[in-house]
Amino acid sequence: MKGESGSMKSTQAATLTSLTSSGAGAWAPWDHLDRLESEAIHILREVVAQCTRPVLLFSGGKDSMVVLHLARKAFYPQRLPFPLMHVDTGHNFPEVIEFRDQVVKDLGVNLIVRSVEESIRQGRARVRLESDSRNALQAVTLVDAIHEFGFDACLGGARRDEEKARAKERIFSFRDEFGGWDPKNQRPELWDLYNAHVHPGENMRVFPISNWTEADVWEYIAREGLDLPSLYFAHRREVVARGDQWIPVTPLTPPRAGEQVEERWVRFRTVGDMTCTCPVPSEARTLADILRETATSTLTERGATRTDDQTSEASMELRKKQGYF
Amino acid sequence: MENKLKNCQEILRFITCGSVDDGKSTLIGRLLLDSRSVLADQWAAIEATSTRRGQSQVDLSLLTDGLQAEREQGITIDVAYRYFSTPVRRFIIADTPGHAQYTRNMVTGASTADLAILLLDARKGVVEQTRRHAQIVRLLGIRKVVIAVNKMDLVAYGQEAFERVKQEFLTFAEPLAFRDIVFIPLSALNGDGVVLHGECMPWYTGPTLLELLETVALDEEALNSSFRFPIQLVARLSEENGEERRGAQGRVESGTVAVGDEVILLPAGRRSRISAIETYGGRISQARAGQSVTLVLADQIDMSRGDMIASVAHPPKIDKNFEALVCWFSQTPYDPARRLLIQQTTRCIQGKIDTLSARLDIQTSQLIPSPAQAGMNDLVRMGFKVQQPLAFDRYEDNRTTGSFILIDALTHDTVAAGMIV
Repeated sequence: MKGESGSMKSTQAATLTSLTSSGAGAWAPWDHLDRLESEAIHILREVVAQCTRPVLLFSGGKDSMVVLHLARKAFYPQRLPFPLMHVDTGHNFPEVIEFRDQVVKDLGVNLIVRSVEESIRQGRARVRLESDSRNALQAVTLVDAIHEFGFDACLGGARRDEEKARAKERIFSFRDEFGGWDPKNQRPELWDLYNAHVHPGENMRVFPISNWTEADVWEYIAREGLDLPSLYFAHRREVVARGDQWIPVTPLTPPRAGEQVEERWVRFRTVGDMTCTCPVPSEARTLADILRETATSTLTERGATRTDDQTSEASMELRKKQGYF
Repeated sequence: MENKLKNCQEILRFITCGSVDDGKSTLIGRLLLDSRSVLADQWAAIEATSTRRGQSQVDLSLLTDGLQAEREQGITIDVAYRYFSTPVRRFIIADTPGHAQYTRNMVTGASTADLAILLLDARKGVVEQTRRHAQIVRLLGIRKVVIAVNKMDLVAYGQEAFERVKQEFLTFAEPLAFRDIVFIPLSALNGDGVVLHGECMPWYTGPTLLELLETVALDEEALNSSFRFPIQLVARLSEENGEERRGAQGRVESGTVAVGDEVILLPAGRRSRISAIETYGGRISQARAGQSVTLVLADQIDMSRGDMIASVAHPPKIDKNFEALVCWFSQTPYDPARRLLIQQTTRCIQGKIDTLSARLDIQTSQLIPSPAQAGMNDLVRMGFKVQQPLAFDRYEDNRTTGSFILIDALTHDTVAAGMIV
């Protein structure tokens, strides 16, 4: 799996024998990223082998970029055996959409876009306020698109370390006809044996990077030299202080009366719905800076940046029961 | 990379088991807290919940009990995975439920673990649940076991109490023949012996729990076993000398493989040689257990998903019949009328249960012959017959090629898991 990095690794072997156990002999060290990468490739290949119509959910965010890269490795030298799909909330940061389109163009892959706006127009999803988060509404558009194309597996970049309902979810997560997750009745998942059998209308949600942490994702992005939307790196941005968080000033999130707009050095740790994703103060302009920052952060990725998970302890679990990925 | 050490970390996967009263959640909480793996917002959230419930101390179990139903009932129902790291290693904890009615979920968590931490209460020693958990750990082939003798604060941190529990466990566990057991006295509540030594047990000179987790030798068993490569997919590669080359995509599940090695394709039994090992990063000369690669054989022989490429010198068994120890998961007991699929490595075929010869009484380790049925959470010995020959090893010898799941052909539920004997 190494390619060019192979020689770098073997020079480190001598210093590592005291850390890893004996028996590896002449083998180059097998580190956590190698193991996680190989596991993810194994999972991606199982999806393609077992499912008829898989799709990769791709937002242009860092986790979906990692899954896309892993998929290219898994099926090399063949083309990606599935399309990408983005469920566009209409609340995306423009930099992320631009990046998404650039990636799709560069790789020559097929991207399907289905929008929450369209679901709202059709009366399938309803909004209370234009500025409300559309994370929950995404589920409606996603489930409709699954039925439209007959997808039986949706690959996604969710990780178990993100949130405690996700910490409970299987790698191959069965969803009923309504896209719903039944956390009390999950399929047992033993060893690396994945049961992806579904009836028509049902589907699997599959998370190849379930066992990765935020730090693993950043280290892997650095090791593999992956491109990311500029939002992840420190930049100057207009924000207002609200509670413990810095709210970005956007057309959807204007400053409230009495709030002071400031321009600050910030970066985003996640890039979701504009109405509920906040940047963190940061001067990390390079991947090395970000690695250092991630290692010493005192807040979790979602705790620092998402306002929607904080409304109730069970928000994520409830959304998943309704079809969210 | 600036931090070489961090970039070459290994991952240790372990399970924690023990009944609720033994302080399992507190121990995990203590490990996470003292290794500085609980972040400020996670702490604030569980602090707020504890206060709202009128608890005087922060309830550390809230860190792992992620489902609404679990928080409502204050119990662990399903496996939760937690991740933490120290400068030395990465850890994945599978926090598994202790109650008998969730045995199947403990089996699930144990199936991928390298090590098990079994908690005992220093005052109570070996209890019913200890016996069941130790049995499951043994059956699932976890070689490394840490017996955490907890609540040492309640026995005045006395060495005699620790030694008594240790002897009691060793006597009970003798027939289980664990290869590698370590005993550690600790107090999860006060933190002694978990991450830090503390000053209460000067008589104990061994490692703390975290020191042990950081230094325990990682299993090289898969690496040192015979070569096994179940084919996931067959890929069309580029043409070479006007001939289309096909590659077997999969993961080396055990052993190692190098270009030039003589191998056998099973179940067909055709021999060939490895002509190339392809990866996205380029061709490599050898691959090891754990690595996902594409293998090209020197001869264009027909191969497909579900076939296995293996060592010629030490091939697996090929048979349509085999015996296995099975953990039944489904709420519906075994019914001979239902059609079953057997999924073993990458092969999924029809099969049936020929015999139900015994049930294992997990409390007494006794095999009870001719049970009337196999119900949820039962461990039974069954004989199987499958439609086409399977390539397999004994689970004792190979956790990947010796394990399988049973799928109900009609409902698609995973109804049981088996280990070939």
